[in-house]
Amino acid sequence: MPTAIATRWIEACAADEIDEEDVIRFDEGDRTFAIYRSPDDTYFATDGLCTHEKVHLADGLVMDNIIECPKHNGRFDYTTGKAKGAPVCVDLKTYPVRVEGGKVLIGLD
Amino acid sequence: MTEHMVVIGAGEAGARAAMALRENGFAGTITLIGDEHHLPYERPPLSKAVLTGAEEPAPPHILDEARLAARGVSLLHGTAAIAIDRAGHRVALAGSDAVPYDRLLIATGARARRLAVPGTGPETVHYLRSFPEALALRRRLVPGHRLIVIGGGFIGLELAAAARARGADATVIEMAPRLLGRAVPQEFAALLAARHEAEGVRLVLGATIDRIETTAEAHSVVLGSGEIITGDTIVAGIGALPETALAEAAGLAIDNGIAVDASLATDDPDIFAAGDCCSFPHPLYDGRRIRLEAWRNAQDQGNAVAKAMLGGREPYEAVPWFWSDQYDLTLQIAGLSYLATATVTRDLGDGARLDFHLADDGRLVSASALGPNGRIARDVRLAEMLIARRARPPAADLADPATKLKSLMV
Ligand SMILES: Cc1cc2nc3c(=O)[nH]c(=O)nc-3n(C[C@H](O)[C@H](O)[C@H](O)COP(=O)(O)OP(=O)(O)OC[C@H]3O[C@@H](n4cnc5c(N)ncnc54)[C@H](O)[C@@H]3O)c2cc1C
Ligand code: FES
Repeated sequence: MPTAIATRWIEACAADEIDEEDVIRFDEGDRTFAIYRSPDDTYFATDGLCTHEKVHLADGLVMDNIIECPKHNGRFDYTTGKAKGAPVCVDLKTYPVRVEGGKVLIGLD
Repeated sequence: MTEHMVVIGAGEAGARAAMALRENGFAGTITLIGDEHHLPYERPPLSKAVLTGAEEPAPPHILDEARLAARGVSLLHGTAAIAIDRAGHRVALAGSDAVPYDRLLIATGARARRLAVPGTGPETVHYLRSFPEALALRRRLVPGHRLIVIGGGFIGLELAAAARARGADATVIEMAPRLLGRAVPQEFAALLAARHEAEGVRLVLGATIDRIETTAEAHSVVLGSGEIITGDTIVAGIGALPETALAEAAGLAIDNGIAVDASLATDDPDIFAAGDCCSFPHPLYDGRRIRLEAWRNAQDQGNAVAKAMLGGREPYEAVPWFWSDQYDLTLQIAGLSYLATATVTRDLGDGARLDFHLADDGRLVSASALGPNGRIARDVRLAEMLIARRARPPAADLADPATKLKSLMV
């Protein structure tokens, strides 16, 4: 029988806190996330740390749907979490995002 | 028909190229030959996390058996290539049969330059290029241990920082009157020198070394001035030499490394070279022949040379990029300063700064930054993109932290 995993929606930031084609860091407890706004004005969320050496991705550069790590330029597609080649080979975990009343909410399990 | 691709050197460039050959659709055999006993690993952590990490480290692998198998790359590790038979299109190996190639990549990297003064030997002077060497040094870096570093370049300074992080003493001896040589702007070298001194590192600049003396208890470096510096471990980081012996013996052109053309082919059209072992003409810098010892270049050239081996003719023109980590500071340098005649500084806050180096015609040719990585990385990356576009951004915009570099990307 499928079990419903309860998603806990938490408020990460105001929608206008992130520029288009940019990223910010959001911490909750001891977890850290990266929240993105794409060039076509959609919001996404991933784990905050690079899978190569655990550097905060929010200090990196967003280009289209790519986040580039600030440490050694590893690249991920932040819309899917896919690692796009050396030096990163492990994908990023992604989280569902909703925008409501000007707030960005991310869904944690 | 091209059926057999062979890569000599299973380091950053060789491993990347072997994978990229398959990623680019090559269907024949790919053989990766490496004389080290480990699976391919990253070298930058050897002077950083491998020395300072809390736990005894494993080599920071680039690839594992599963990924090699998935790409159908056969890795012969612990196997040295000993000769290239160009006429017979074969590579001779130590202790096993020769392997035939249709196209060959030489990615043999570089080796640490040896100190040549009386008293040096394997028991007295350490070097840092490989994982076993890093592990041996790590085991020595305990509180109170006295490390003497010869050479104030990147590896020497990272070693000194690692020694301090582990509670060991560190003295750095440098021949030049300043740290880090010409590749790094003087101001940044001075900022780093001040930081090392604040961390308790003793810097001895403008020193010549007369000899090494060893007793049962200690090792000493005797300077030209007569001063004697005594410690427990001596490590030399005095540069690297391109590993060109195989290429040279095979009669390939050598010019500060294995000389390749803009698409990384040697003067033998079936043999290519990439990474620290090769010199290549760089289109962004008037076609000047350069050799880089930089991790991203090794990776980028690995990707590029795979395409060239499959018949591509695109010139390699990635902007050179390098970083170094010391304490909580990162130094990043994009581009080369050959053509630079002017510098514009941007204050990035928290003591971080970014210098833009411009040519006579206002073209941005290089950028260097020092500060916490998170403060500098994005702007250096944007600067790099401007360098690649041969942009001539207004100096006033470059200097003003309120002007987003992204907005200059027209
Ligand atoms: C301690 C250290 C720290 C570094 N830190 C940084 C840094 O912070 N930033 C940065 O940008 N760069 C850094 N670098 C430089 C970077 O690691 C190199 O540029 C990169 O490794 C070059 O890759 P490569 O594949 O050309 O050569 P290598 O990685 O040296 O690989 C060459 C391989 O070929 C093998 N080989 C040689 N001859 C033969 C033969 N005849 N048969 C079989 N195998 C052979 C070698 O054993 C080696 O495994 C550092 C290097 C070192 C040593
Ligand atoms: S830490 Fe992200 S690419 Fe290395």
